[in-house]
Amino acid sequence: MTKVYSLAVLIVAWAVTAALVQSRLLPGPLTIGTTIIADIRSGELPFHMACTLGRVIGSFAIAMLLGIAAGYAMGRSKTADRYADPWLIVLINMPALVTIIFAYVWIGLNETAAILAVAVNKLPNVIVVMREGTRALDPDIDDMAKVFQFTAFKRIRHIVMPQLAPYLAASSRSGLSIVWKIVLVVELIGRPNGVGFVLGSAFSLFDMASILSYAICFIVLMLVIESLLVQPLERRANRWRRRPA
Amino acid sequence: MKDARTAGDAAPLELRIDAKSYVSADGKRVEVVRGLELRLEAGSFGALIGPSGCGKTTILRIAAGLDADFRGQILTPGAGRLGMVFQEPRLLPWRTVEDNVRLALPVDRSGVDLADLFDTLGLGSHLAQYPGELSLGLARRAAIARAFAIQPDFLLLDEPFVSLDEAVAARLRDELMALTTRTKVTTLLVTHHLEEAVQLADRLFFLSDRPTHVIFEKALSLPRGTRSKEDIASISEEMRSLVAQAVTGAGPR
Repeated sequence: MTKVYSLAVLIVAWAVTAALVQSRLLPGPLTIGTTIIADIRSGELPFHMACTLGRVIGSFAIAMLLGIAAGYAMGRSKTADRYADPWLIVLINMPALVTIIFAYVWIGLNETAAILAVAVNKLPNVIVVMREGTRALDPDIDDMAKVFQFTAFKRIRHIVMPQLAPYLAASSRSGLSIVWKIVLVVELIGRPNGVGFVLGSAFSLFDMASILSYAICFIVLMLVIESLLVQPLERRANRWRRRPA
Repeated sequence: MKDARTAGDAAPLELRIDAKSYVSADGKRVEVVRGLELRLEAGSFGALIGPSGCGKTTILRIAAGLDADFRGQILTPGAGRLGMVFQEPRLLPWRTVEDNVRLALPVDRSGVDLADLFDTLGLGSHLAQYPGELSLGLARRAAIARAFAIQPDFLLLDEPFVSLDEAVAARLRDELMALTTRTKVTTLLVTHHLEEAVQLADRLFFLSDRPTHVIFEKALSLPRGTRSKEDIASISEEMRSLVAQAVTGAGPR
């Protein structure tokens, strides 16, 4: 309930400021509302959102899969960690923009380049978190599994996954938000569609109504995914934990 | 020169650790075990008794095949299926009691009926609970159930009753006695509690301080399960004086 209140305050503040300023550069909530409805009717907004969402899902999936594998290997093996750690540091410190430019120059101005560039930007963060999670795996439980001759499948399903679940949840939450922000940049620079592309052309026309309506729609979409998908999965993974009193 | 192989059925459990040491945090080599030898006939129950910190858990880890960094040899009985009860219950907190026990079963036996076992250990009404909701006594029972569910050829118990209150520990000892008698599994118990060892075991091995070896061993003539409280008290007294003699007889090191 407090959340709704706080959002309402924000919208009211926005409406009041817009009414006071009376400028084309700060449209009020009502103008934005009608713009959004018009854009949805024309099919423009759903189309660009779908383009962006597809890229988000693609690069998120690639980053998570590679990141889990690499992070797990680096957490388990000191040798792997020693070899891969310098690369990781280079990746972490690589500005997103540089990766994007490299991808477009080397691979070409296409979908593969766009998705890979975003995945590479997100990857080091997943690796770091999953490596941390792997290092925190309980060696006593590993011993127990060894004594009772757990199969590899049982170990992954019943011992490793439950312990990594909180780390997985943490990296997918931060992952989702990082990924969609970078996807917009990728689209702005080198794609003919998607929310980032629309924001770029709206910027050159100083079309604040479009910018605000697309930004709001996309934030809402991400919030919906977060609360309908990420949070329930997290709750499920933590079902066994006793609630703090 | 280390070797862990599996002998045929009804073979004894043989453990020979010539030397076991580790490098401590300050870089010194610490010798934990030196020249330890013990042999336990198939189907019998042995107890390792020693002061705390003498390396009992190290010995059990070697016997369990969890630590291969030693000089010596272990020979395990039967097909080598090992059951173990660790000092802490080591249950998976994210699985229920029943799942914890069933997960230890080989895939082809995962659906087997365990009602008897759960009943013997008084776990019947706790099967759907998570380990975090259990008392230590119940968690230990679940760990014992897990070790017996797999029908082990030999069983290692690492102070399974430590830090339980005496009434609970006594009940659990009786339950363990019933289970080991029924299954005739070769069992090695580690404990610092002499009366507990005297109540449960056929054969006692007394351990020295570090570097650990067997000071002396003693087979108890009165069959296990028939020893009364008075028997246990008097045998324990006798053992205490034997240990004292053995230690002073060995002279100062």
